[in-house]
Amino acid sequence: MRQSSITDIISPIMAGPSSSHTAGAVRLGLLAGNVYNAKPEKVIFKLYNSYALTGKGHGTDKGLLAGVLGFAVDDERIKNVFDTPEAKKIKYEFNFLEDFNRHPNAVDFHFEGDLNMTVSGNSIGAGEIIIDKINNFSVNLDGKYNSLILVYHDEPGVISKVTGMIQLDKVNIASMNCDRSGKGKEASMCICLDGEVSKSCLEALNSLEHLYIVRYIKKLEI
Amino acid sequence: MEKITTFRQLYYACKENKKSIYETALDNEALNGENSEYTVRLQAKKSLDAMKEAIKSGLVSTEPSFSGISGDECYKLQTSKAESILGKTAQKIMIYALATSEQNLRMGRIVACPTAGSCGIVPSVLIAYAEDYGIKEDGQINALITAGETGRIISNKMPLSGAVGGCQAECGAASAMAAAALTQMRGGDVKQIINSAALALKNVLGLTCDPVCGLVEIPCIKRNPFMALHALTASELAMAGIISKIPADEVVDAMEQTGKLMSPLLKESSQGGLAKTKTAMALEKNILK
Repeated sequence: MRQSSITDIISPIMAGPSSSHTAGAVRLGLLAGNVYNAKPEKVIFKLYNSYALTGKGHGTDKGLLAGVLGFAVDDERIKNVFDTPEAKKIKYEFNFLEDFNRHPNAVDFHFEGDLNMTVSGNSIGAGEIIIDKINNFSVNLDGKYNSLILVYHDEPGVISKVTGMIQLDKVNIASMNCDRSGKGKEASMCICLDGEVSKSCLEALNSLEHLYIVRYIKKLEI
Repeated sequence: MEKITTFRQLYYACKENKKSIYETALDNEALNGENSEYTVRLQAKKSLDAMKEAIKSGLVSTEPSFSGISGDECYKLQTSKAESILGKTAQKIMIYALATSEQNLRMGRIVACPTAGSCGIVPSVLIAYAEDYGIKEDGQINALITAGETGRIISNKMPLSGAVGGCQAECGAASAMAAAALTQMRGGDVKQIINSAALALKNVLGLTCDPVCGLVEIPCIKRNPFMALHALTASELAMAGIISKIPADEVVDAMEQTGKLMSPLLKESSQGGLAKTKTAMALEKNILK
């Protein structure tokens, strides 16, 4: 387990009232927004279990939307986010659901626009979060690392080529998660990094054969 | 130097190097080049400033909380006509704790220290004492780092979350942190600081987390001034040389075990205790519609 630091204990500075239901919601929104990486026309938020049940009283719905709009966890506009000019520029709706196979604080973001994408995650306590699914692929993003998400055609050697390119940047890989829909079909890689990869590395990755989505997701500041 | 994970290690590291808890804690953070002294002091300064802002806003607001069931208690305490049996500083601490907690419920800006539900405890004790006893900003930051180190060591054993450990792990841990900060500001030595934290923690074991309607509101708001004063008792005892007969690390062990033994119905699930009282159920019908 990662040892906590004093700075974790005396922070975050946040809009109340709950680290898991408010600050965690904002962070989930921010990270999901980074994953989508475009201006959505519409976002459908699906809140599950405790998030659905007590979410309104904790401003979870406001936090999720504020995060997608790029507000920081301590932004006092979160309270009135529905009235902000930023919120008025997009369409959104909230669904409150029960599914006990999901985490108590689970959420799905359905982004609609030039590209449609579903991002799922959980608020796991004390403001910590995990994004565990993008479309149908399992990932493991906690917002603490710069990360690469790659979707590619399942072929021998792709992983080795990708890690080789990262190595050229002298960046250490902190963790790596691979998944695929079936042998020789669509596959995904989620790579958490200790440093930052260069633009040229991203360009090289983009030009690799068999890779069709390359996304670089910066870690969250708070 | 090895990474410090227990109060015992903290005590011996301080003794060996003739350093205070905050100095040892800063050395410890800087191990493996993780967090420089500058980084930690900067975060402490930012958090301290945000704590002061939250108190300032909370003192002058009577805006109701989200659910509409609270928000005027800090005002009531400030304008109380009853003659107080507490001293000026203790009274101020209660007011500051309520001010911060109510700000939290209004979705105002607060510092989770260690959690949002317990956000009033450390700031109220630290800032009210500093104001009344002339502790400068540097001393306040040192006290906040002392509090942070106390919370960090507790969190090595168990996550500071009501869902895992009940309220003993949130408001209880916050009270131990506040006791340590206060004892530091009062000039207590390393042993007294650790003892004050142990005494505070020992007397919250088994504290449940049973919030009404699942909201950080009842009993959380008023628990903040209660647990702030609890820290004063702990510091007062420790400064008199009274020690916790059960050492701090063993108290933390007991807290971890108690958390595990506690029914999930009493750990932030709102399925037992206060949350299932007749009045709570009636409120639930009205609020969560």
